[in-house]
Amino acid sequence: MQTFHTDLLCIGAGLAGERVAIEAAAAGFDVTCLSLVPARRSHSSAAQGGMQAALGNCAMGEGDSPDVHFEDTVKGSDWGCDQEVARLFCDNAPIAMRQLAAWGVPWNRVVPGKSTYFKGGKLFEKEEKQEKEGLITARAFGGTAKWRTCYTSDGTGHTVLYTMDNRAVQLGVAVHDKVEALSLIHDGENCLGAVVRCLKTGELRVYLARVTLIATGGFGRIYRESTNAVINDGGGLIIALDTGVVPLGNMEAVQFHPTGIVPTDILVTEGCRGDGGTLLDKNEHRFMPDYEPDKAELASRDVVSRWMTHHMRQGLGVPSPYGDHLWLDIRHLGCHHLATKLREVDEICKNFLGIDPAKNLIPVRPTQHYSMGGVRTDKNGLAYGLKGLFSAGEAACWDMHGFNRLGGNSLAETVVAGMIVGAKVVDYLRDHQVSYPTGLVRDSAAQQQDRIKRLISKADGKENVFTVRNSMYDALMHGAGIFRNGKDLEACVQTLQEVHERANKIGLRSNGRGANPELALALRLPGMVRLALCVAQGALQRTESRGSHAREDHPERNDRDWLVRTLATWQPGAPLPTLNYEPVSQVWSIPPGERGYGGGKIIPAEPKE
Amino acid sequence: MARNLTFSIFRYNPQDPVSVPHTDTFVLDETNHMTLFIALNRIREEQDPGLQFDFCCRAGICGACAMVVNGRPGLACHTKTKDLPDAITLMPLPFFTLVGDLSVDTGTWFRNMAQRVRSWVHTDKEFDPKALEERMDNAVAEEIYELERCIECGCCVAACGTAIMRPDFLGAAGLNRLARFVLDPRDKRTEQDYFDIVGNDQGIFGCMGLLACEDVCPKHLPLQDQLGMLRWKMGWAGIMNLLPWKRK
Ligand SMILES: Cc1cc2nc3c(=O)[nH]c(=O)nc-3n(C[C@H](O)[C@H](O)[C@H](O)COP(=O)(O)OP(=O)(O)OC[C@H]3O[C@@H](n4cnc5c(N)ncnc54)[C@H](O)[C@@H]3O)c2cc1C
Ligand code: SF4
Ligand code: SF4
Ligand code: FES
Repeated sequence: MQTFHTDLLCIGAGLAGERVAIEAAAAGFDVTCLSLVPARRSHSSAAQGGMQAALGNCAMGEGDSPDVHFEDTVKGSDWGCDQEVARLFCDNAPIAMRQLAAWGVPWNRVVPGKSTYFKGGKLFEKEEKQEKEGLITARAFGGTAKWRTCYTSDGTGHTVLYTMDNRAVQLGVAVHDKVEALSLIHDGENCLGAVVRCLKTGELRVYLARVTLIATGGFGRIYRESTNAVINDGGGLIIALDTGVVPLGNMEAVQFHPTGIVPTDILVTEGCRGDGGTLLDKNEHRFMPDYEPDKAELASRDVVSRWMTHHMRQGLGVPSPYGDHLWLDIRHLGCHHLATKLREVDEICKNFLGIDPAKNLIPVRPTQHYSMGGVRTDKNGLAYGLKGLFSAGEAACWDMHGFNRLGGNSLAETVVAGMIVGAKVVDYLRDHQVSYPTGLVRDSAAQQQDRIKRLISKADGKENVFTVRNSMYDALMHGAGIFRNGKDLEACVQTLQEVHERANKIGLRSNGRGANPELALALRLPGMVRLALCVAQGALQRTESRGSHAREDHPERNDRDWLVRTLATWQPGAPLPTLNYEPVSQVWSIPPGERGYGGGKIIPAEPKE
Repeated sequence: MARNLTFSIFRYNPQDPVSVPHTDTFVLDETNHMTLFIALNRIREEQDPGLQFDFCCRAGICGACAMVVNGRPGLACHTKTKDLPDAITLMPLPFFTLVGDLSVDTGTWFRNMAQRVRSWVHTDKEFDPKALEERMDNAVAEEIYELERCIECGCCVAACGTAIMRPDFLGAAGLNRLARFVLDPRDKRTEQDYFDIVGNDQGIFGCMGLLACEDVCPKHLPLQDQLGMLRWKMGWAGIMNLLPWKRK
């Protein structure tokens, strides 16, 4: 078996993983990143909109500051975030954007003079200042008081990731792609590296490292319908949970986007509704005004997703071979508007659906989009539970998003957290030495080897991996989707426990040789079901509604009892996660107040007389 | 509607001693809005769980799913079955190392390319976290972005006659990458520096200008213009190089 030694092992080569890697490599340490796919295919490349930083360069961003950004972020989190971390993030975001500019990102820049823009379908005029010419400009995004989202046309994630990877190449960071981490090597106290399967040859490898970082992105693929890449299946979270000592934070906080297209769940922008698009049901009736007479389609992401789901539950969805959906109607906006202001949507419709949105309705449904939960870390990015283990990016619960992430804050998080956590990793590497007990390393690898043998020889059963996965999808979608309630969640948890047992009895139908995809899924699936159980069990226990977590039977946000973060650990062999709680924040720069969207009652932390 | 589609798919698992290259046939009923992403996943789930292919973003953004569809390199995720005949032949991209069936290793080649063209901004300026960002003209930024839209899918290289004959050829993707830095005012390399990288048969002088690359590029990058620009600039740099008083 091949064994690799390195100072820092980054599991994940998206923006977060590579940003941390660069910090350590620049300090002279040896760094290896692992990735399921070539680094540049990581999901970070798919983000089009942009990333937030209070630069205040453009006209509509005038007067912006990290303070205003901080307030938006805390409100957006529905007071579920760690305010110390949110502060750290907002203060450092401008530095991170400027650094990216120095490294080569072709940010769009301020062009002085008058120009027009749309808001709520109406035309307005603005004037950019001469003295700001050539500085990084910004666009508007939901939930921000100022225009703050830096961008490069409609390819922000792409250009930023390519620049980051260029920098990694320059500094000699090794990226081993087409590999998958299967488990962490640890002794219950120290993390020492990972057991990894090569997805080109199917062989196992061992990586030994003084510091290990989990930066594997979101876990959207435990849901059937997700805007996430097909590789976002929570691999990093699974190996953390499987240590039995590293907790995952707030797994029940899952964000849904109203308009994923059917069948492939590719995202079409909120801009469609912003510019006047409407949602129709199977009778081509516009239903949003029935539920939200004032804001209709322009209510917040979470609210619209909830009503869409409710409406489909009333039997008013459009049936299709891929399940029920609704229609998005932007025909009335006209060809010119579509070809200029909604170019990306126009292309998605033509490329993936083969329809013309100026003439046809677009099939859409609410779709899983972002996971606020992840490996719980402190403000330095150090995971709870094991020494030498760090985490950053969407895989981490650092926790500046709380229960609802603002658009443009997650891409920024990857580089800002990467910068901050990277510096802490460097400190750690300077101070700590480790030794690798050979027996422990051998056992960790043997355990994975044994799993592979048993799957191929059908030693534990003959369950079909795809059937079991579909049962997980059904249970989650039904019980722990957009709307949640005690009864459905209980059923969901129970079903998922049965699915978990079946997931441990999978037998392969193919021969499992080489880069076999059935084997890869079979190795991952039991862990995915455990993640699903953390989501469902966490949601069942949390008897309140906060941010994206909406309980029909507990519609109020309950600051009295639930101003806490869920911490889920999994004892080896246990049927369910163990849940503990910690206060969401040690610091309260802004005390809990109105969230400013979606309405709903609040039970205050200190009940007033 | 309701056609039956017949897929002929190249099969070979180099890691399996009993595997030999051959073609397998699968039949599938077509559904509304079906793409090759949906079709291949259904084949894997319903008929052959061992079938190897790559998808990642499934939205035409990451470049993972390039393959040869009825003789032409393209992105499988954004190929709709309704635009194809009932008989669909799928082959892996040529030129790259085969991982198995329709899956190839593009990562190694592109990483190597990035090292060869030294794909980063060359400057001796230190980043100052306290200073404002250096200003840049928005039009220049947009021009750079136009070239940076390459998704490293490999279609251009797979379609290139030169690349098939000389494995060390930088390909349209590599030359386009260099052009992106030639355009970037932050990059302080001289024409001579660029010439050292591409002024040879592995670079711009190996290109025969037949432009299969631009025809197949799913991002419609202006590869032809970039090749022309580089050839022109490198021609100049080459002449300068022959004049002893210009040599550095
Ligand atoms: C369609 C879409 C649009 C978005 N748009 C925006 C936007 O406009 N603005 C914004 O702020 N945010 C946006 N987001 C969110 C944002 O893109 C992500 O949160 C962010 O890119 C995550 O980056 P990351 O580095 O944490 O993870 P990723 O970029 O997902 O990288 C994860 C890495 O981990 C690797 N990996 C995973 N599992 C394993 C394993 N087991 N072993 C080895 N390697 C592994 C992967 O190969 C990959 O390299 C969007 C998200 C989606 C889905
Ligand atoms: S024009 Fe040059 S790079 Fe493009 S396909 Fe022809 S030989 Fe290859
Ligand atoms: S230039 Fe075009 S065809 Fe070539 S790798 Fe880039 S995107 Fe693909
Ligand atoms: S899967 Fe990303 S381009 Fe096709």
